[in-house]
Amino acid sequence: MRNVFLFVRRYFTFFTFLLLQIVALWFLYSYNKFHRAKFLGVANEMTGRINSQYNKVEDYFTLKEENRRVHRLNDSLLNLQSRNFMRRDTGMNIIQDSLPYDTLGNYRRYTSRPATVVYNTINAQKNYMQLNRGSAQGVGDNMAVIGSDGSVVGKVVNVSPNFSQVMSLLHVQSTVSASLKKTGEIGTVEWDGKDPQFLTLKRIPKTVDIKLGDTVLTSKVSFNFPPGYIVGTIADKKLDAATGMYVLKLKTAANFYNLQQVHVIMNLEYDEQVKLNQDTKKKIEDPKKTVK
Amino acid sequence: MSDLVRNILRFALFILVQVYILNKIPHLHRYITPYIYYLFILWLPFSVSRQWLLIIGFFTGLVLDYFTMTPGLHAAACLLIAYVRPFVINILTPKDTSDFNYREPSPKAMQWTPYAVYVFILTVLHHGYMVFLQWLDVGNFLDFVIKVISTTAISMLLIFTAELLFPRKLKFRTNTA
Repeated sequence: MRNVFLFVRRYFTFFTFLLLQIVALWFLYSYNKFHRAKFLGVANEMTGRINSQYNKVEDYFTLKEENRRVHRLNDSLLNLQSRNFMRRDTGMNIIQDSLPYDTLGNYRRYTSRPATVVYNTINAQKNYMQLNRGSAQGVGDNMAVIGSDGSVVGKVVNVSPNFSQVMSLLHVQSTVSASLKKTGEIGTVEWDGKDPQFLTLKRIPKTVDIKLGDTVLTSKVSFNFPPGYIVGTIADKKLDAATGMYVLKLKTAANFYNLQQVHVIMNLEYDEQVKLNQDTKKKIEDPKKTVK
Repeated sequence: MSDLVRNILRFALFILVQVYILNKIPHLHRYITPYIYYLFILWLPFSVSRQWLLIIGFFTGLVLDYFTMTPGLHAAACLLIAYVRPFVINILTPKDTSDFNYREPSPKAMQWTPYAVYVFILTVLHHGYMVFLQWLDVGNFLDFVIKVISTTAISMLLIFTAELLFPRKLKFRTNTA
């Protein structure tokens, strides 16, 4: 027994090293797997505060460019306002007074909240950004994040009370469903971890006629992203002979180098859709438990 | 200024420079992220015990990790160099302690060549281990090698620029003070 104690004391430093190393690797792998760590909420608040201070200064350098972009979006929104359009009277008068419905009987499916980026990286293979809104301001996991000019930026993966963490498109684990504007084929947008200006669009069959410069939008089949927001334009096309699918290089529409103002967009029916999806899988693929 | 206060200020400065300047500058190339924050560990006084070195190294890495949102990555690499540091210093410094009464590693204290070797070994270990941990997730072997070499080169350049621009005042360990 005495020898054991002597042995431990002799190599005490080495054991401390091993122990701390294991703790570090545990942090690393448990975080990467689940995109979150329990303790990150507290640390998030702290780094978030420092980041906001820094951001106050940094914002001045890109104000002009940002204003131009905001102005452009405002302009396009003005054009969308319903008072620009009128409907012929068909003799029936429909009155709706509940808020979530507009007068045409369309209901509201997405709501948007503005937010400011307080930290953002582009030089890692797993890039995250931090926004100055958190669960206390209504941001939740899996909401879509759109840049101020309407281009896709990423989605929320973690929230603390006043800040939220966004997995940007420039993350090797990010996948977004997207479709070609011209023909509507649906594919998946990923990132290969190399050049932050280019994404990869996969699973477009080779029968589609694709020209360089074609626009790629978010698809209609995504739970997170509202359809019709721009992801990027096609910069290069290659054919994967093995699968008969294109591997397309996309120039990102969002400029990740100077992101500041973003919109966090919530799908009001997200929970219902995801639940239906899971229930369906359970019912069809494992029928014994649900059907008598 | 006491050693403690000076090292705390140094710590804050290195972390802020790393997070808000080096991680933010438009990168030169996709392989290169300049790193300098671990110079804080290289500059710790000789008198710090090995246990404390490990703990300080671990927390230095962890604080940076919270800014870059990769808990554990830099902590693991910093811990490794904090563990190896005493061995390297033992090999590179003169055994005769009467010659040797500086308080912390510097080109003046160790001579330029041994100091360069000291910085080089720890830099390669830090980058090698960190890029290795990243590489386990994604990437191929060539990427790994190029990335280690290029980040090591740029970090060495940064460190020696820092040494030349900000020569530290020489502090002796004496019996009188």
